[in-house]
Amino acid sequence: MKRRSGGRTVLRSLAGVLAATLILSSAACGDDDQGDQGGVAEAGPTGVDDGSELTLWTRAPLEKQAKLLVEAYNAGHQNKVKLTVVPNDDYVAKVGAAAGSGGLPDLFAADIVYVPNWVNQGLFQDLSSNIDGLGFKDTINKGHLSAGTRDGKAHVLPFVLDLSMLFWNKQLFKDAGLDPEKAPANLAEYAAAAKAVQATKKPGVYGTAAGLNCGGCLVFTWFPSIWAGGGEVLSEDGTEAKLADETAQKMYGTWADLWKSGAVLPASAGETGPTWTAAFTEGKVGLMFYPATLLSSTPFDVGVAGIPGPDGGASTFVGGDGIGVSKDSKKAAQAWNFLSWMMSEEAQVEVLAKNKDVVSRSDLANNKYAAQDPRLVTINEVAGKGDTPVALNFQQAFNAPSSPWLTLVRNQVLDGDGDLQKDNSEITAVLKQ
Amino acid sequence: MNVSAPARPPSAAVRGRARPSRRQALFGWIYATPTAVFVAALFVLPLLLVVKMSVSRWPLLTGDQGLNAPDNFTKAVDHRFFTDSVVFTVKYTVIATVLLLALGLGMALLVQESSRWNNLLRASFLVPSALGLASASLLFYVLYSPYASPLAPVVERLGITFLGSPNAALFSTVFLIVWRYAGFYMVLMLVGLQSIPADVFEAARSDGASRWQTFRSVTLPLLRPTLALTTVLCVTGSLLAFEQFYILTKGGPDNSTITVVQLIYMIAFQGQNDLGVAAALSVIVLAALVLINALQLRAFRSEEN
Repeated sequence: MKRRSGGRTVLRSLAGVLAATLILSSAACGDDDQGDQGGVAEAGPTGVDDGSELTLWTRAPLEKQAKLLVEAYNAGHQNKVKLTVVPNDDYVAKVGAAAGSGGLPDLFAADIVYVPNWVNQGLFQDLSSNIDGLGFKDTINKGHLSAGTRDGKAHVLPFVLDLSMLFWNKQLFKDAGLDPEKAPANLAEYAAAAKAVQATKKPGVYGTAAGLNCGGCLVFTWFPSIWAGGGEVLSEDGTEAKLADETAQKMYGTWADLWKSGAVLPASAGETGPTWTAAFTEGKVGLMFYPATLLSSTPFDVGVAGIPGPDGGASTFVGGDGIGVSKDSKKAAQAWNFLSWMMSEEAQVEVLAKNKDVVSRSDLANNKYAAQDPRLVTINEVAGKGDTPVALNFQQAFNAPSSPWLTLVRNQVLDGDGDLQKDNSEITAVLKQ
Repeated sequence: MNVSAPARPPSAAVRGRARPSRRQALFGWIYATPTAVFVAALFVLPLLLVVKMSVSRWPLLTGDQGLNAPDNFTKAVDHRFFTDSVVFTVKYTVIATVLLLALGLGMALLVQESSRWNNLLRASFLVPSALGLASASLLFYVLYSPYASPLAPVVERLGITFLGSPNAALFSTVFLIVWRYAGFYMVLMLVGLQSIPADVFEAARSDGASRWQTFRSVTLPLLRPTLALTTVLCVTGSLLAFEQFYILTKGGPDNSTITVVQLIYMIAFQGQNDLGVAAALSVIVLAALVLINALQLRAFRSEEN
């Protein structure tokens, strides 16, 4: 009896070990398999529309725009694009596993900050001759195009531009006795407005909110303040962090003060990303730095302006996703058909601009939909002043859940202490790897 | 238990039986084949692959780049979260194991004693086990959320936080695990308790032993195989904790709740994207688990003899 149960325990422990191995081996990938490289260059200016089925992956935050684009394309073409939307947190893992086993879809979008690394790893096919063939090449968003360019060869086109903007809830501004038509001009005015909204003491209403445990959100919403103040976040080559400079310090100071004053949504402290915009969308936050892609799904009257720096100015983070043809695609010519259509006036204006999204071509910025909504004109104007940081190790330094950037911000804002220079050099160390 | 082995048969008989026994051995192999195939395909091959990865440069996005041993192991051990995650995992394992085993045993005794509410108790303790760990974690994620939770107004008034500070996050997660697994361990304990023959208890009672004496000198010693099983299960499971922390805390706040498996996941998929280092860390964890389980089994056995 005892013998047997002893043996069974051994089995159980073996089973535990086996479970461990299975978890770990799910990381295992097959051999690298280079896809067909020939097709895309000879695809012609608009590619091939022969009724092929194309696969396209994107991440969840851009689901709405991706769906609209794919539906519009499928309605007017013989090729059919099959869209797969992957949760934001799982996207890198999914692309990585597929890249290792040669199973990438024909087209896939990537967070623009990851694009330099992924192009470097050879996940995208060279599209330079195709893009050079576009008559409007010079009007395509520079930040996205240069993020996907390596050794002079462009690999990626802008899929959806997502700009970070200052949004404010006009009703809450009115209730707090603020001018609902006037944007705070600098961070001090921003803080004052947040405190004014907080002072109305409405149940569940807070002055402002931020994803304070979400590196990507903080990059997206706080870098522009530094740019607007004339500062830089990274060195030219993306291997050195400059997040301990004077402008940055002023910004942390403002936020630390806001946090201490209680005008920041308390859930912000633990917010890891999934719901960082939710409170504003429900009308419970006075003003915040918010993604412009959500303009169309914000149900109440909001004001929109560029993100101010400590002493004024305005800037934005030109984020969103770039898209390219994967190394594994056997239908590159058909995939190019989708991409060339996506850059056309028809798609940019009648799909994206119509949905109040930012167009990726500057010559289409003043389209008829933008003319109807002055906020879109504001967004398009600020887009020209915005920036996209380029660094190979961006994800590890900034977006990862345990990134040194997150440590820096939390030390500065929530705890109000920590060695800023040390935290900054920790980021540099990761960028240099 | 004192069955002596049969005397060795004369050698002639052995030779005579040689043929059928070879055939029997053949049958034995055939019977064992399905299991062997599964073990090879699902255990040995992935294990070998992980070992190969651990000694190769193997970035997530580009695949195998050739051998580089032992770089991955030094990188894994030098990782800035390696020590923190080991310490945290051990701490979590100790807390979870003590709580789960104590509660599991306590509930099993309760259920065994009471006869009237027996079925109701048993069912209510076991219900959480019907929920997957990931679903349970999501449920608690909402409950703990200061934003979406139905408890949010109370929490706000009292000024407490579930996931906001390192200790709160740890104990909130432990609470989830206890809620989810206590019923499961209760059932295991119950099976162990019921396999103890009733006459032993009767004898103890007629000898005038108190309840506590009976528990300490009769129940616990006879429950040792069950305790060994549950401890091994619980320690192994806790050392490999992942889902609950991945969903509830993502290693936060301020990187205070990173478990070892989470670190493996982070290295592989969130930032560093290096499968080689992740595999090296996996191999280290595997070795540690084998060692820990061997020690536990030995500890339980030596007391037994």
